[in-house]
Amino acid sequence: MLSYIIRRIGYAIIMVVLVSFVGFLILKLPSLVPGGGDFLTQKLASLRARGDRSAEQQIETYRVRFGLDKPFLVQYIGWAGNFIKGDFGLSFEYEKPVKDLIGERLTMTIVLAVATLIVTWVIAIPLGVYSAVRQYSFGDQVITTISFIGLGMPGFLLALLILFVAIVYLNMEVIGLFSQKYIDAPWSFGKFVDLMKHLWVPALISAVTGTGGLIRIMRGNLLDTLGQPFVEAARARGLKNWQVIWKHAVRIAINPLIVILGSEAFPNIITGSALVSIVLNLPTIGPLFVDSLRKLDMYMAGTCIIFFTILLLVGNLLADLMLAWVDPRIRLE
Amino acid sequence: MAKKNQSILPEKGQKKPVSQSYWSLVWWKFKKNKMAIVGGIILIIFYVCMVGIAEFIAPYDLEHASNFTDASPQAIHFIDKQGKFHFQPLTYGLVKKIDEVKRVRTFVEDPNSQQYPISLFVKGDPYKLFGLIPMSLHLFGIKSTDPQATIFIMGTDSLGRDYFSRIIYGGRLSLLIGLIGQFLTIILGSVLGAVSGYYGGATDMIVQRSTEFLAAFPDIPLFMALAAAIPSYFSPIAVYFMLTVILAFVRWGGLARQVRGLILSLREREYALAAKSSGASDYRVMFRHLLPGTMSHIIVIATLSIPGMILAETALSWLGLGLRPPLTSWGVLLQEAATIRSIRYSPWLLWTVPFIIVTVLAFNMLGDGLRDAMDPYSGR
Repeated sequence: MLSYIIRRIGYAIIMVVLVSFVGFLILKLPSLVPGGGDFLTQKLASLRARGDRSAEQQIETYRVRFGLDKPFLVQYIGWAGNFIKGDFGLSFEYEKPVKDLIGERLTMTIVLAVATLIVTWVIAIPLGVYSAVRQYSFGDQVITTISFIGLGMPGFLLALLILFVAIVYLNMEVIGLFSQKYIDAPWSFGKFVDLMKHLWVPALISAVTGTGGLIRIMRGNLLDTLGQPFVEAARARGLKNWQVIWKHAVRIAINPLIVILGSEAFPNIITGSALVSIVLNLPTIGPLFVDSLRKLDMYMAGTCIIFFTILLLVGNLLADLMLAWVDPRIRLE
Repeated sequence: MAKKNQSILPEKGQKKPVSQSYWSLVWWKFKKNKMAIVGGIILIIFYVCMVGIAEFIAPYDLEHASNFTDASPQAIHFIDKQGKFHFQPLTYGLVKKIDEVKRVRTFVEDPNSQQYPISLFVKGDPYKLFGLIPMSLHLFGIKSTDPQATIFIMGTDSLGRDYFSRIIYGGRLSLLIGLIGQFLTIILGSVLGAVSGYYGGATDMIVQRSTEFLAAFPDIPLFMALAAAIPSYFSPIAVYFMLTVILAFVRWGGLARQVRGLILSLREREYALAAKSSGASDYRVMFRHLLPGTMSHIIVIATLSIPGMILAETALSWLGLGLRPPLTSWGVLLQEAATIRSIRYSPWLLWTVPFIIVTVLAFNMLGDGLRDAMDPYSGR
């Protein structure tokens, strides 16, 4: 078990290094193609437009300060080396360390992802079980239809529609993660409660697509499991119906869901909630990332990519470990 | 097995040949799935109306700017102000209105103005159908030449352009990017998957590691980063092409894995060995004998992943990283619609959203039906 975890972590580290290199290369592309530019070329243009005489000089100082005058590989190694030490470089746009800008947003991203995950499972499993146990009933048909629509409903469009309802009908200006008075307040119990009050809306929206898929899979798996002899045997022993379903059938039928959790659900949640965050303007790294891409704010964008990847790989690893814990038949080699 | 086959084959089997081909069985099973048929019909209508004859369906040209900026949608009336029923529906003229509360200027319907009957097949903005045939006929519109006579069933944008027309035109690029992108994905994914499964060894190793790498890269951020790297001086068409290639490049991994798995099992079959021992080249065995066997799977996977492509384009363009005006796609239209200000003052610009959602749902319905139908020998 331990050696498996170590091997997986080693693999994850290799992946992160590769992703960081390729990501850095992609972010560097605009300045490598002929006629393209980087953040500083954009800034130079805007300074010139303002009629700033010392524009060129200023840009040169920036270039040295951000280390953009060095060759590509030196830049990458310098940035990646500092990254390990916890220094993610300077944001060009804000002229502040990326670390300070990203810090709290990273926590919020994880909080939102975990909340989405919990909402998905809390809704999907009972509904999936109900719909399998009462196959072809009216409730099953309603659930099947809703899950089908949910599966095809992109989170960020749903978020737009909800924003529309909130603005036009409820006359609410913003759907954030905090009330006005807590936005800049230090962490306290009150702020935590306030967060919980606001969190469920974006979590529910980000959860819709995943929930639709999970309900369908849960239903299909449980239907297969319910037909198996061990369920029959459990019934024959005179166990109560709920015991047969929840303790025997669901216990087995849930395993493939955990596999999906790592391979599909988690990546979708990370990227899906990033888009939802942009619509609802939530303080997660999603909006920051898009903004930095538009401005070609390279170190900021690169840091965001790495954190997206780390979240994804950690999610995968946790899902695999959970599977091993839930299903003792699985031996991790 | 025999019993099941009987239920699948048509009852009046005397006239038809007793053994049905695989594809006719698939069609036979597909026909019974109402949802899938509905999805298919919606998609045919969308593709014909938006990709094929958008110029004819849309009452106005894409860039037809009118004086009515930010006009709210004009209703189509069958019953006029006096309560009289008209068989031919009509619209009322627009009038400027200053909203005191919101402090904005818009145009709204004026029930006291003249009535303009709506007719079918009206002459309007000239265009070239399929880029060839010069025409000026539009599906519906208003015959009157009065500048007040307008038909904006989904309102207008800030330049006074008819939003319904823009959605129809925008659908062309959005729907096409799904098809073209998916086509590239199929080529890339099936060829690499086939090669990887057939040869194994080092080739397999390289392809598998690349798919794993792509899977480890969160896809929307990867799209965004790649799209941001498209130089801004590229012509709109080049941007469109690059975006399609990017979408295909990021998404081929999943398909390649599936095809590889299928090829791995197919290559051990007798017919593959027979082809090989009768001297067929590797190329021929792979692409003439093995790949057609995976076709049904490829079609299903492709159908189910087209909506993902359309949504990716929409998301990218909406964020300002994909297509840019003057190109108009659903994502570009969302760019204008998806701000707090515009939701508050011109919420009709969100009409794009239902179009996107219906397309995505229709593809899912069709793909789901295909998945069941492609396995016609199963009982379900």
